[in-house]
Amino acid sequence: MIRLEKRKEPSKFWRIANPFLAVALTMLAGAAMFAMLGKDPVVAIRLIFFDPIFSETFGSYSRPQLLTKSAPLILIAVGLAIGFKANIWNIGAEGQYIMGALFGAGVALAFFPAPGWYIFPLMVLAGAFGGFLWAMIPAILKTRFNTNEILVSLLLVYVAERILAAMALGLMRNPDIAGFPGSRDLRRYEAAHNAELFANTGIHWGVVAALIAVIFAYVMMTRHMLGFHVKLAGQAPRAARFAGVAPARLVIVCLGISGALAGLAGMFEVSGPGGQVRIEFAAGYGFTAIIVAFLGRLNPIGIVLAGLLLGLTYIGGELGQMMLQLPGAAIQVFQGMLLFFLLALDFQTNYRMRLTRGVRT
Amino acid sequence: MILGSINPAVLMAALMVAATPILLAAIGELVVEKSGVLNLGVEGMMIMGACVGFIVAVNSGSPFIGFIGAALGGMALSLLFALLTQALMTNQVASGLALTLFGLGLTALLGQKYVGITPPRTPKLDLGVLSDIPFLGRAVFSHDIVVYLTIALVGAVWWFLKYSRAGMILRAVGENHDAAHGLGYHVKRVRVLAIMFGGACAGLGGAYLSLIRVPQWTEGMTVGAGWIALALVVFASWRPWRAMAGAYLFGGVVVLQLNLQAAGVRIPVEYLSMSPYLITIAVLVVISSGKARGSLNAPGSLNRPFHASS
Repeated sequence: MIRLEKRKEPSKFWRIANPFLAVALTMLAGAAMFAMLGKDPVVAIRLIFFDPIFSETFGSYSRPQLLTKSAPLILIAVGLAIGFKANIWNIGAEGQYIMGALFGAGVALAFFPAPGWYIFPLMVLAGAFGGFLWAMIPAILKTRFNTNEILVSLLLVYVAERILAAMALGLMRNPDIAGFPGSRDLRRYEAAHNAELFANTGIHWGVVAALIAVIFAYVMMTRHMLGFHVKLAGQAPRAARFAGVAPARLVIVCLGISGALAGLAGMFEVSGPGGQVRIEFAAGYGFTAIIVAFLGRLNPIGIVLAGLLLGLTYIGGELGQMMLQLPGAAIQVFQGMLLFFLLALDFQTNYRMRLTRGVRT
Repeated sequence: MILGSINPAVLMAALMVAATPILLAAIGELVVEKSGVLNLGVEGMMIMGACVGFIVAVNSGSPFIGFIGAALGGMALSLLFALLTQALMTNQVASGLALTLFGLGLTALLGQKYVGITPPRTPKLDLGVLSDIPFLGRAVFSHDIVVYLTIALVGAVWWFLKYSRAGMILRAVGENHDAAHGLGYHVKRVRVLAIMFGGACAGLGGAYLSLIRVPQWTEGMTVGAGWIALALVVFASWRPWRAMAGAYLFGGVVVLQLNLQAAGVRIPVEYLSMSPYLITIAVLVVISSGKARGSLNAPGSLNRPFHASS
């Protein structure tokens, strides 16, 4: 019979290989799903994973979209990964993303219609602060009252969604258009618009911020004491305490960083591609980023690749909706399957299968 | 006075209905956590139950068969979790999250053609004379059978955990899986069974939402009920009757908030509707801090993977 044996050291090979294998398996399972939905599986998979980049007809439209969609995912996932490494589970990034967008948009709407170079930088600060503040709620409750950060951060997503709705219908509603929910279009307010930096590349300030965050996180995790503490606290909490790591401070730092980055992502989205504060503004980036963080092996470089891939599925999903009338939810199923396959495959990283004869002792 | 327009008997009746779905999910998760497993996929299993139960009920015309389908649907999803965490030794937190994300996506896909349909009605249980008692008749004895079965289930789980031999084995596995393994109990078998029970309960809770409480199917209709159920287990310090008290307390908040909305209080609906989440957080804070540290009652092996190394 087959027996699992724990490896002395996690296998490096499988750690790197598994994400690729998981993507391949997801494509196969996805193809089966599309076939069941009565669509041509080959066409559907090609439409989602290849056409957005390589197709001559849609490529020119969807290629720039890739960076626009991937940037928020990468920005959020980089922050989450730091916490996950330390066993601090911020799963409410969606809420922090919303609050960042609201704080950023709030600054812009307060200054409207004044011009000024300082408005956009202020919005950036406000966005990061909004996300940070929202993440501080679970952080402080965790450190002061020992409250579970998973539940609190997640429950706060629903609170943030309702604040978003209240803002879109109330305080931030565009006073010039009566009867419609939603704020002014920030894309039409030059001082606050997060415009494309280079035409037709999809590169806006959010992409730049994501790049900076990745480099920052990489340096921190490999070269800085804080990165060492994070890893130590995750792998050996007792040893970490002896090494002088203050668990409470680590909770504040990890949740603070991930909250601020999620807030930034929301702010760049609302002032650029999203354009305005609307009830349907949140598109689930905060949850998809959790998958990105795992698929990227909690490693900043890996997260860039994973973020690009999941960004691709967003665009491919939209193409599929247009061209094949694929249901929009299919992409969500896809993303869920991807995480399942990755987790399932990971047992090879930590365990070795052994064939044993006879009865197990 | 706005509150004056609210009939306490009606409020009590609505409270029991509002509490039932989260109580079902919470009592299932309580058993799962007692066995030492943290399944964060309650939300996913609940929405699965809501969706499958709805589809089965509409196609069969029987809410009863719908509930069976819901339990099986929730259980099927929980088996996926069991496979991952028990056989493949994956991280329980990540696997639970995956279950929720996957469940939300899959049900959005499955339920697409069922939006806007009305499910077959679940009849109220005829309790004869009891329903005619003033106040109590309206408040307590005028519900569908699921409300009473849920209370019975809480009692059964309480008895099972406290007095039955199997329940003691389950608790032993949850408190210290190495010792339980040493005594010759099958740690994984016990845990898989507990996970399946939790999945079935969450599925039933979801179906109660889509078949009785709302009753309709909409994408993502559980809106965090599964997470509130998880919080409820912590609130209850892993004790069945306290879970029920918590669920009814929570149901009271939901109903009061809905009544205030209907009564036209001058607070925007959005702010009123966030109150259940805020109160859940507040209760979590109270319970996990101070001298009455509820978390001290947590099962010893909770969220720790077990691998027999011998």
